[in-house]
Amino acid sequence: MTDKLKQANQFIRALPHARALGMELQSLEMGTAIISMPYAERLIGDPKTGVVHGGAVSALMDTACGAAVMSHPSNPAGTATIDLRIEYLRAATPGQTITTEATCYHVTRSVAFVRATAHDENRATPVAMATGTFTVEGRK
Amino acid sequence: MTRRSAPEPVQIVKQRRDAVLRALVEGVPYVQFMGITFERRGDELTGIMPYKDDLIGNPILPALHGGATAAFLEVTAIITLSWAFIWEDMESGALDVSDLSHVHLPRLPKTIDFTVDYLRSGLPRDAYARARINRSGRRYASVHVEGWQDNRERMFAQATGHFVMPQRKG
Repeated sequence: MTDKLKQANQFIRALPHARALGMELQSLEMGTAIISMPYAERLIGDPKTGVVHGGAVSALMDTACGAAVMSHPSNPAGTATIDLRIEYLRAATPGQTITTEATCYHVTRSVAFVRATAHDENRATPVAMATGTFTVEGRK
Repeated sequence: MTRRSAPEPVQIVKQRRDAVLRALVEGVPYVQFMGITFERRGDELTGIMPYKDDLIGNPILPALHGGATAAFLEVTAIITLSWAFIWEDMESGALDVSDLSHVHLPRLPKTIDFTVDYLRSGLPRDAYARARINRSGRRYASVHVEGWQDNRERMFAQATGHFVMPQRKG
C-alpha cells in the first residue's frame, strides 16, 4: 500500500459510520475513489434471503462519492452531500463483498458532480448506480 | 335491526398491532444495527434513530453521515410501506398472527430507486422520520419521507423512492 493510500485509509477509518459498516478504501486518486464493504450479518436487509439492505449500499455510495470529491485535483477543503440518487439494479448476492467506484467528473466553484457504480463479485451487471451533487467548501 | 358483534377489546387490538410491528422491525438485522425503532399511533408510524457515535460521518463538525441519513429514510419508507401492506390482512384476520417469525410475514417491498435531498447537516442528536405513501398500486409504490431532529418544521433531509411491491398469494 502506498503512503498516500495508507493516509487516505486512515481518513476513511476516522469516519465512525464508515468504520462501523466495515468499509475499506482500495484506491483514491484524481477524483476517483474505490471503496469495498465486505458482507456481514449486521448489513442484512431481507432476513428471508440474506440480501444486504439498500441503506448500507447507500452509505457505501455516499462515502465513495464524498471521497471522490475530496480527491479531485481542484483540492476542495471539505464537502457535504446536496443530493444523491441511487438506482438498485439487482439484489447483491449474499456473502459477497460490494465494491463501489465513484468518479467526480466536474467541479465548479461551489458544486461537485459525481457518478458511482456498485458491484458484487459478479462484475457483469452492477448492483446499483448513483448520481450525486456535493458542496465544495473552499480550497486548501 | 341486525346486531353487530361486540368490538374487540382495545388491549387485544393493541397487542396484535404492536406484535406485528415488532416482528416486522426486529426481523431485519440492519435496522437493529442502526438502532432504528418505530412508534405507532393507530396506523401512523414514526421512525426514530437515536443518536450514537457510530452514525457520525464528519467527526470535526460533528455531523451525521449522509449514508446513515439515507439509510434511516429508506428504512422508514420500507417499514411504512410494508406496514400499510400488512394492515388490512392483520385486521381482517387473513394474516395469522399466532406465529410471527419472519417466515410468515409477507416479503418486504424492493427499492427501485431512492433520492435523498440533504437540506442541512444532521446534528449529533436523535432523528425522526415519517413516510407518506403517495401511490401504492398492485406492483409499484411511490413514497416520500421527511426527516427532522429538534424541530418538526425544520427538516434536515427528505427523500422520494419507488418500490416494487411483494405479490399477494392467490
